[in-house]
Amino acid sequence: MTVLIDAKGLHFEELNQRIRKTLQSGAEKIIIDNVNGQRYIGAGIKGTQTLIINGIPGNDMAAYMDGLELVVYGNGQDAIGNTMNKGKIIIHGNAGDTLGYAMRGGQIYVKGNVGYRVGIHMKGYQDQIPVVVVGGKAGDFFAEYMAGGIQILLGLNLKAGERIVGDFCGTGMHGGVIYLRGRVEEHQVGREVKIVDVEAGDLEIIAKHVKNYAQYFNIDFQQVMAKPFVKLIPYNKRPYGNLYTSY
Amino acid sequence: MSLDFATPMFLIERNKERCFNCQICIRQCANEAHKWDSKKGQVYSIDANCVNCHRCVLMCPTRALSVKKFPWEFRYNANWTPEAIRQVYLQAESGGVLLTGMGNDRPYPVYWDHMLLNASQVTNPSIDPLREPMELKTYLGRKPDVLKIKKGKILEEMPPQLELDVPIMFAAMSFGAISLNAHKSLAAAAKKMGTYWNTGEGGLHADLVEYGSNTIVQVASGRFGVNREYLNVGAAIEIKIGQGAKPGIGGHLPGEKVGEEISKTRMIPQGTDALSPAPHHDIYSIEDLRQLIFSLKEATEYTKPVFVKIAAVHNVAAIASGIVRAGADAVVIDGFRGGTGAAPLRTRDSVGIPIEFALAAVDTRLREEGIRNKASIVIGGTIRNSADVVKAIALGADAVYIGTAALLALGCHICQKCYTGKCNWGIATQNPQLTKRLNPEIGQERLTNLLKAWAHEIEELMGGMGINALESLRGNRLMLRGIGLNDRELNILGIKAAGE
Ligand code: SF4
Ligand code: SF4
Repeated sequence: MTVLIDAKGLHFEELNQRIRKTLQSGAEKIIIDNVNGQRYIGAGIKGTQTLIINGIPGNDMAAYMDGLELVVYGNGQDAIGNTMNKGKIIIHGNAGDTLGYAMRGGQIYVKGNVGYRVGIHMKGYQDQIPVVVVGGKAGDFFAEYMAGGIQILLGLNLKAGERIVGDFCGTGMHGGVIYLRGRVEEHQVGREVKIVDVEAGDLEIIAKHVKNYAQYFNIDFQQVMAKPFVKLIPYNKRPYGNLYTSY
Repeated sequence: MSLDFATPMFLIERNKERCFNCQICIRQCANEAHKWDSKKGQVYSIDANCVNCHRCVLMCPTRALSVKKFPWEFRYNANWTPEAIRQVYLQAESGGVLLTGMGNDRPYPVYWDHMLLNASQVTNPSIDPLREPMELKTYLGRKPDVLKIKKGKILEEMPPQLELDVPIMFAAMSFGAISLNAHKSLAAAAKKMGTYWNTGEGGLHADLVEYGSNTIVQVASGRFGVNREYLNVGAAIEIKIGQGAKPGIGGHLPGEKVGEEISKTRMIPQGTDALSPAPHHDIYSIEDLRQLIFSLKEATEYTKPVFVKIAAVHNVAAIASGIVRAGADAVVIDGFRGGTGAAPLRTRDSVGIPIEFALAAVDTRLREEGIRNKASIVIGGTIRNSADVVKAIALGADAVYIGTAALLALGCHICQKCYTGKCNWGIATQNPQLTKRLNPEIGQERLTNLLKAWAHEIEELMGGMGINALESLRGNRLMLRGIGLNDRELNILGIKAAGE
């Protein structure tokens, strides 16, 4: 069952209540039109249904979300997928700052660029591995304090002189892995980050997620894979272990 | 290697007549302060390893052991105390930031001890709590601006409230900082006593979900263990911005304590330092805080009060006002003597302000702004006994958190070494050999005893004042008088001097 909700003029509290009620009443898919900055869409919801969001959802979309699939036809704002546990987000546009903050599972695909502090504090445990794939570039402090998971920047459609990632990339990183399709200078990454070559196993992982990206946004997979990737990993899992003296 | 200037802090004395070389102390000491000399066939001590936790002293069957301050006297110098000298030696040796545990141990004034309680004489007679009903019940949460009552029923829906049978809750101490058995003890005691315990920022172990209705779940910048279930299983959610022991810096769980279970609950690699930096990287303003508060309210469908915890710092009153305006249902203020599992020594000992002043300033400010009803005030760091609780309530607190006092009930000896992961009392450790020393059944019982005793004492003190409900004591600063305080201090505390 597909249900349509017109978000025009609705406060977030009312909109989100309607979404929750509609899902409870058995809707498999909700199409939400005229979304204009309403926050917390999909926040804290457990389920396997799909929300199609037409417009620009507000901050904290999919915060603590547990399983839904969210497709945004428009740009996203800040803190998308904040502490998200499971599910999928597909954004047909750009997204703002702190996307995927402390994400614990699920996948986020952004067609265009993302802002600052994206994917910071990302977690991971055994087979629960969160994934962020960004088609364009990311701002400063990307993947700061990363403790697990996979983050991929594709650097598609960069203008001349534009960098795939900003400064302080991976500062404090102590787990997980970052793949960049393009080059990154030593001075751009945190002291805790090691830049290494990708291996066959890495390419397999990258291909799996790029395939999804290519399919969602109708982009040529081969062309994306044609350019080389680099891999960023932490030097060790205890970057600040030697900082302290026992008193 | 250069000569190590740092001398032992403690001297282990073994009474040779009593010691029969049973080697229990060797097995009991995770710091390896006792060793076996196989040639001589006897136990000997390594003073430098001793942290003065008293485990061996209490476990020794013949009471052969005692631990003393190491009798190493520097030439007297009021400026260069032995501690100050030792710290320089340690840092010259290592180049490291000094790390410590528990709360500020410096001799700053304890203002609780500069406040005296009132009692009734002749008029407004005192009440005997053994014969008359006393009401300690406390509700935490936002209260409406006006109450409309019709036929004895409250008309509008009340915002979510926590109901406390005693105004004392167990403060946030994470699974990671302390053991699962310590968490079990706290959770079970909270349930038994009709109050709440707080998970701290390390998530909730699956075994403790059954205590959800007595649990406050914490959300800190590292977001460890935070998911939908976690938020919904608790009775309230606490956003941790800061902590009294280390205002301005974040959580830090040393890698030594991050084993398999912690790695699983926090979803971070084993052996890594679990960092919860200050600030939350999505909070740079009161508006951002509001966003986080409401994301949590949305995720729990407005069924749980959301607390915001901050350290007591210089501008605490203005910050608290912002927090209330951001939509928090309770402001939690942690004073500069509050405990911690790990903190840089300099921060612990020199940052923040006493909770007594912070509490008085916040309560006054919220009243002046007419928003005191919009949020409860909970304080911690450090409440040492029931008189501190009563004074805190009279100063304006709705309830208090106890952390260190609760750990003392579980056997802690305040050795300040919680960050090493070698707590011989099975509290601040994840080593299964050590954690099994803390029996959660007994732990629960001791905590329950403590709260029961304090509740009785609170009733007695209230009865003495002629007050039979905690509600009538709350913010009733006329019940307090200052002693040994200057005008300015009295002014900030909003109390009169003794004799006035
Ligand atoms: S560290 Fe504790 S158990 Fe070990 S010798 Fe010292 S007092 Fe005894
Ligand atoms: S919890 Fe353990 S390590 Fe920490 S101060 Fe108490 S006895 Fe020492």
